[in-house]
Amino acid sequence: MGSLQETIAAEPIIIRPSSGWVALNLRALWNYRELLYFLAWRDVKVRYKQTALGIAWAIIQPLFLMMAFSVFFGRLAKVPSDGLPYPVFTLSAILPWQLFAYALGQSSNSLVANDRLISKVYFPRLIIPLSAVLSGVLDFLIGFALLLLLMFFYGVSPGSALWSAPLFLLLTVMTALAVGLWLSALNIKYRDVRYTIPFIIQFWFFVTPVAYPTSLVPDSWRWLYALNPMVGVVDGFRWALLGQTQGPGLGIVMSIAVMTVALAGGLYYFRRMEKTFADVV
Amino acid sequence: MSNVAIRAEGLSKLYPIGQREPYYTLRDGLAHLFAAPLRWLSNGRQVSTAASLSPSRSASQAANGELQSEFVWALKDVSFEIRHGEVVGIIGRNGAGKSTLLKILSQITEPTEGEARVHGRVGSLLEVGTGFHPELTGRENIYLNGAILGMMKKEIDRKFDEIVAFAEVEKFLDTPAKHYSSGMYMRLAFAVAAHLEPEILLVDEVLAVGDAAFQKKCLGKMGEVAKGGRTVLFVSHSMAAINRLCRRALWLDTGKIQSIGNTESVVSAYLSACVGEGDERVWENPGQAPGNEKIRLRAVRIRTEMGHAANTLATEAAFFIDVVYDILDDLPPLRIVIKVTTLDGTTVFLTRDNYQNRWGTDVRRPGRYTSRCHIPGELLNAGSYTLTVSAEVPFVTFLFLEEDVLRLVVERTGGMGGEYAESWPGIICPPLRWDVMSVHERFGSTDSVLVYPKARQGGRT
Repeated sequence: MGSLQETIAAEPIIIRPSSGWVALNLRALWNYRELLYFLAWRDVKVRYKQTALGIAWAIIQPLFLMMAFSVFFGRLAKVPSDGLPYPVFTLSAILPWQLFAYALGQSSNSLVANDRLISKVYFPRLIIPLSAVLSGVLDFLIGFALLLLLMFFYGVSPGSALWSAPLFLLLTVMTALAVGLWLSALNIKYRDVRYTIPFIIQFWFFVTPVAYPTSLVPDSWRWLYALNPMVGVVDGFRWALLGQTQGPGLGIVMSIAVMTVALAGGLYYFRRMEKTFADVV
Repeated sequence: MSNVAIRAEGLSKLYPIGQREPYYTLRDGLAHLFAAPLRWLSNGRQVSTAASLSPSRSASQAANGELQSEFVWALKDVSFEIRHGEVVGIIGRNGAGKSTLLKILSQITEPTEGEARVHGRVGSLLEVGTGFHPELTGRENIYLNGAILGMMKKEIDRKFDEIVAFAEVEKFLDTPAKHYSSGMYMRLAFAVAAHLEPEILLVDEVLAVGDAAFQKKCLGKMGEVAKGGRTVLFVSHSMAAINRLCRRALWLDTGKIQSIGNTESVVSAYLSACVGEGDERVWENPGQAPGNEKIRLRAVRIRTEMGHAANTLATEAAFFIDVVYDILDDLPPLRIVIKVTTLDGTTVFLTRDNYQNRWGTDVRRPGRYTSRCHIPGELLNAGSYTLTVSAEVPFVTFLFLEEDVLRLVVERTGGMGGEYAESWPGIICPPLRWDVMSVHERFGSTDSVLVYPKARQGGRT
């Protein structure tokens, strides 16, 4: 028998109204880890079903975005790229950005999209936004292969900080989850959120150094700029891969701090609202 | 571990009803937020904006009357004990709190008050096919659905062949579920759920779907599960299924336990008491009558063709149902609908009073109305039926919806199966026209001679 059975059978489940602080209950989350996997797997499987190009979309999207940016920002607007070839410069940011945007959009809508599950089956609700966030990682990895090819083409070799790239990937996912937790729980009650998400993502794009370098932002405004955790993440990822830009300084500390606060708040709010999901959805 | 599987003490659940919008928009939330300080000042008491379903908010809202939402106890003070290995049926009308009880026990929603202790792994089956994805193949859906229901992958691997055999979908395992017929879909969905092996199984009315063969198969599986020594809580409108599967039954009525005990006695008590007895229901006090400030239901009556009060009617007798209501304010075109249901929940028919009218031309000015529905004799077979009466603005809203208003008993006096008092199954027994002809083929004639009936007009004694 599975571990689920053994762990739960040992002691009675006590069902009563909860109040105040609710524990995270990581053990329940662990017990349902396979569901997390299956839901993420479902999202990946279903994503490109009945599309003519299938998984090729995972290449096409960042590729075309990169080409458009290279022409309009790189060539025509002559946006600096910290001495790197512009296409490599921008693609190294497009990838984590798209992962972030997709994860944020998916997780924010995830609870509403899975309303049947919520009202008919019990499992830790955190599984839903969590699986939604994870489902974007495959696309990222495929896009990553494109980036490696492009780096080879332009003769850009990764620096010694390459080992830290997965950490920035993790940070991207955590940031998306932090915001996704807030928005998904709000979305259950206020369907306005659904219409706000595209706007939030678009706005966020402009305050993240995807098409332009952070060095373009005046020094006196850097502190405010760094409040956006994606600034640290994108700069960090670029630095880890391309090695030639400025390393992450105080900015990344700021990013992690902001992300942690948002994530803790998101978890708290989500857990607090969780008990009403089935009634409100 | 003690012998008790589930012990519930004072379980209660408060739900909002009559809310105009099923969910809040931010605008409502902001309005609520800005109104909060005022309320706080006037009430001198804190109002929680987050715990939207807490009684404190219901009180504060009632005081302000702002969202016009009312709250209702879907469950109130429900206590019971179920031992391991017991199979317990839960019965009650729609809205009695049966599903809410299962939802609380399966931890989908929290009780507002009270506590339950559940000893053992719980599997709940509140809906067949939850989480099925039409784009995924049968094989993929088995794994996904199994995981959703709480099975581990190893467990699904082990039971995979059994599930496929039960569902009879071997040939279509790698076809996306969207290409399945609805029967195949249901079979596969039930098969996965049926192979869940929890110690305590909570099953909502899931057998009401699918064809007769499928239902039979499901019931058989349920019986197997029940005999296997597992604890089962089983909600159903089918008294036959409850009688067959359960030794104990729990009857819920408007959120409270009406009776709990041996199935036969609870079921018969339920059947005889759950429906309004008598030939009429009258609401003397308009304020408490179903409806709102624009319309109130005042009475529902059953009368024979001659105008006599009766709730027991002969199969042959025509009768009518009067729905009396007051319209107090201008309303968009509305209709009165009567639904006739058998006691086990099967809808016999629905009928509406604007059938002959053109859409939207039927405007009823304020005043008292009676909508009379004539029901011909020899339509309903012998048996007991319940009436549900509603007033609705089609596609827009229900003005009132009153379930099980009256009970109607039809007794066999004649008609089909009448002469010999033979048992005559069926929900309806319409007097259909038959011609019996003796055909003289021998003579190559195309004429035929009608031997029976000679005439249909005479009527029968």
